[in-house]
Amino acid sequence: MHNSIIDIEKQALESINKADDSDQLEQLSIKYLGRKGVLTGFLRNISSLPVEERPTAGKDANILKGRLEKVFKNAFLKFESVEDNNYTGIDVTLPGRLTQKGSLHPITQVANEICDIFLRLGFDIAESPEVETDYYNFEALNIPKYHPARDMQDTFYVSENIVLRTHTSPSQPRVMEKTNPPVRIISPGKVFRCDSDVTHTPMFNQVEGLMVDKKISFGDLKGILTTFIHQFFDKQTSLRFRPSFFPFTEPSAEVDIRCVMCKGKGCRICSKTGWLEVLGSGMVHPAVFENVGYDTKKYTGFAFGMGIERLAMLKFGIDDIRKFFENDIRFLRQF
Amino acid sequence: MKVSLSWLKEYVYTDLEPSIISEKLTMAGLEVEAVEQRYNYLDNIVVAQVVEVKKHPNADKLSVCQVDAGGDELIQIVCGAPNVHENMFVPCALPGAVLPGEFKIKKGKLRGEVSAGMLCSASELRLETDAAGIMDLEGEFVPGTPLEKALTLSDTIFEIDLTPNRPDCLSYIGVAREVGAFMDPVQKISLPDYTLPQDKISNISIHDHAKVQIIDPDLCPRYSAGLLFDVKVEPSPFWLQEKLESIGLTPVNNVVDITNFVMMETGQPLHAFDFDDVAKGSIIVRRAGRDAKFTTLDSKEHKLESDMLMICDGARPVALAGVMGGENSEISDSTTKVLVESAYFHPVSIRKTAKKTGIATDASHRFERGADPEGTVNALNRALSMIAQVCDGASIAKDLIDEYPQKIAPVAIDLNSDALNIRLGTKLSVNEIKHLLESVDFEVENIDDARLNVGIPSFRVDVARPEDLSEEIARLWGYNNIETSYPVIAAKGRLLDKKIPLRGNIRQIMTGFSFFEAINYNFIHANSCDGLNLSDQDKRRRVETILNPISDQMSVLRSSLIPGLLGTMKKNISQQEDSIKFFEIGKIFFATQKGSLPEETEVVAAIMTGNRSDHSWYSKKTKLDFFDLKGVVEGLLQGLMVKNISFDKIEDDRFPYYQNGYAANIKAADSIIGNLGKINAKVLKNYGLKQDAFVFDLNFKALQDLIPESVTAEPLPKFPSVARDITIIVDKSITIGTVLEQFEKISQKQSLIENVFLFDAFEGQSLSENKKSLSFRLVYRAANKTLKEKNIKKLHTNISKTIIDMFNADLPE
Repeated sequence: MHNSIIDIEKQALESINKADDSDQLEQLSIKYLGRKGVLTGFLRNISSLPVEERPTAGKDANILKGRLEKVFKNAFLKFESVEDNNYTGIDVTLPGRLTQKGSLHPITQVANEICDIFLRLGFDIAESPEVETDYYNFEALNIPKYHPARDMQDTFYVSENIVLRTHTSPSQPRVMEKTNPPVRIISPGKVFRCDSDVTHTPMFNQVEGLMVDKKISFGDLKGILTTFIHQFFDKQTSLRFRPSFFPFTEPSAEVDIRCVMCKGKGCRICSKTGWLEVLGSGMVHPAVFENVGYDTKKYTGFAFGMGIERLAMLKFGIDDIRKFFENDIRFLRQF
Repeated sequence: MKVSLSWLKEYVYTDLEPSIISEKLTMAGLEVEAVEQRYNYLDNIVVAQVVEVKKHPNADKLSVCQVDAGGDELIQIVCGAPNVHENMFVPCALPGAVLPGEFKIKKGKLRGEVSAGMLCSASELRLETDAAGIMDLEGEFVPGTPLEKALTLSDTIFEIDLTPNRPDCLSYIGVAREVGAFMDPVQKISLPDYTLPQDKISNISIHDHAKVQIIDPDLCPRYSAGLLFDVKVEPSPFWLQEKLESIGLTPVNNVVDITNFVMMETGQPLHAFDFDDVAKGSIIVRRAGRDAKFTTLDSKEHKLESDMLMICDGARPVALAGVMGGENSEISDSTTKVLVESAYFHPVSIRKTAKKTGIATDASHRFERGADPEGTVNALNRALSMIAQVCDGASIAKDLIDEYPQKIAPVAIDLNSDALNIRLGTKLSVNEIKHLLESVDFEVENIDDARLNVGIPSFRVDVARPEDLSEEIARLWGYNNIETSYPVIAAKGRLLDKKIPLRGNIRQIMTGFSFFEAINYNFIHANSCDGLNLSDQDKRRRVETILNPISDQMSVLRSSLIPGLLGTMKKNISQQEDSIKFFEIGKIFFATQKGSLPEETEVVAAIMTGNRSDHSWYSKKTKLDFFDLKGVVEGLLQGLMVKNISFDKIEDDRFPYYQNGYAANIKAADSIIGNLGKINAKVLKNYGLKQDAFVFDLNFKALQDLIPESVTAEPLPKFPSVARDITIIVDKSITIGTVLEQFEKISQKQSLIENVFLFDAFEGQSLSENKKSLSFRLVYRAANKTLKEKNIKKLHTNISKTIIDMFNADLPE
């Protein structure tokens, strides 16, 4: 082995042995093995050696490099274990520097969940205005002026023929006017009725749904809504379809689920009936199709609507609907 | 509507349990909201045996009785009834009982003697009219048996919430028909006797006294009337009062009670006039025309509109047709001649009148939903017979008046069973369909293998086309018997509207930035614009006003999210939550011309107030400032990949709620997409706030337009970068933005500059008063090589020099 290499090795090993901690070792590693270190320097100056020495010197230098790398590695290991053993560490129970996350409003969360389920079933999202004409809110949906069904919804008026929409159903004629069947949409949004107490707020949210094609049946309506309920609540939730009345569907059905609180035994939440009304639905009334120019002989369809607050209240066990619009951070932090 | 089961059984046979009836009615579309036991009020009233009767020491007419009410000991009760005697069984109200009329039974003393209950008369218990003495229960009883059980008193009251399409079920006969339809086998209903009792018919014809003229047959297609003589108006017999009370109606007198009874029975509203008050014996049915005012029998005066339908006599209006009678012709104790009206009015006309006068009666409720045009005469006969039978001596004028100038044509529907089965997803045969429809009295004839001719009964005003029959068939078949299926539909979808994912991204970023999502009402207080200091010309003054608001607080549609967010801030501070960050995505509204839809604009706004960091082991309490919010805006826009964002100080007064000099427009490329600023003291005061608040407001649509369609990944740099700093001392008036802008211009020409940013800025200290120190870091990188020190040095010196010259800057000492 070349003399200079022997010297270098000797010096290096001595210093490594003397090193007190990993920092010193790091310095030594740089000194001997670094880009500007002793060994690199030797190799760079190899041309200054006599020609016959050059090949062995180069080889020896590389052998030493490999050897030192191993020595350093072991030396580091020694210090690491010592450091691990000696150091008392930190008090991990000290609170972290918290990055607080905000939260999505529970209504948004539930609306997203509802929309996601229907998107997976192939529905598209179509929104419509919050302030509506009397025509789209009522007339197009087969609710003429002075029809007693208008009593079912206390309406806010902006002018004689402009209302705050009382339901998301105006999205039905609005979409059908612009689209030919097949139609498969849901339409979430705010709706308004002049009513205010523990179970009513003058503004709340609904999701409307509409499916129109050839041969869509009431059985299909049952299928889609059963799937929805099973996904939103759980597979065990039993439900029933109960005859009801909406001027824009025929037949019309309310969808009740077994009370999620009492499992059907009867409690305050379900007014002792064991059932909770969660959805209104039905087969689209032919008058609605006629209003948008659909051929009632060719197409059938179903529509449904649900209150997001209602579902959110059941899901989260909230008993006062007004909580949703108070924006109390102590409430919102829970979601 | 309340329905008594025992009364209902007069029209239909059923042996089903009340709970089953309730369930089946609900599933037939007649939702039973509540089921009550009629005799619940007899709780704590038991059968007692009188063991001993002694005279009351201090009162002649009272007795002191020892009674066995089933307890371990006899109880003493003071009784005033003359018929009380030993060994008799009587109803005994124990302490805790509440007798009709809210009469609470308590233990007490009567003239010095303890009395621990009350022996009751039949009238006190509303069981019969006898009030002369206590009720002598004949037979043998076990003392202590609840009276309800001992007398086998039982009746169930169903409270049915009827949908507006089923006026036919606003009657016992209608509900009975539904019950009959779900019985197995189907039960036909038994109708009341609609014939007049021959022995009560007078020789005098109604035509000799009364005449009816319909001037407006479009609003009153049919008007039937009958006349009674020698009527004695008095309280109804007990059975009638009891029936009406069982469903919550208050008995008035025999005539009125019978009209109500028949209405409940048949669904046909009736009205009784005191015929002596009907001028010239003449009934004229016409629009109000010039008549301006009318006083109804509840003594309230109403303004009339010219097209309201009125019932008039020879001189004046006597009733608001189908809604309420007039005070001027109502039945009184002295009435002897009664004209009974049984008419069919146009539903919309009645609805309009009821809405406009604000009167809702049982009659208007039925007429506006649609009564049975063919049912007037039967109901009239029923009422005339009953009045004649109840009033001794009364007689019915010979003949009826039945004006029916506009015959309402019966409806028949050609029903195709194939179309029906497609609609419902069923496989019903024509015979099954026929059977179902006949169970509720539709008249069905086969046309061929697939088609039926269905005659619609005149009381079923809700059925007009085949689809209406599909509902009828579905509910009779049972919704739950229709098999669940899944639609087969082409698997093609449209692109999701870009709004949807954008809202999702904004929400995700903002909640990640510690913001909570608020949802405020779309309504705000009418004075909110004043609260924001808005000038008279401000666009946001163009609010849409609600004609019938819940309250002043909610009387206009918001034209900005800021009032809502300030309100949110206030509510939370009042709950000691004073460091809050909220954002909201929602619509704002600007009125356009009258009668047109308002402009709806979606916006994203946020508010932050309080501390950047609270006191903790690693930080001191520090207040938020403008730049915290600006950082949020920058972070949000960066997160949404919006490029070329800049902020311009707002110099004009378009945002009078921001503090002067503390507000900026948010620009992307050259267009303004929103603004942010610090709420000024005046506005804070208007909202009752005391701490600094910072707000941003972004136009959602403008933002949406700036989101890149796609993102193309750039290759990562292969060579190292080198950073060099420069600190310059410039005039205070020079904004950092202008300096950065110049750097930007230089880097556009000099491709080696990768990035320039400010890392320090200060004023004061060693600097002279009108100067500030700004330190920038320039990052240099070449795409194809490692930059050499000497090259960078040269470049950096040149750039520094350019900047120093441009801003007349000094270098730090």
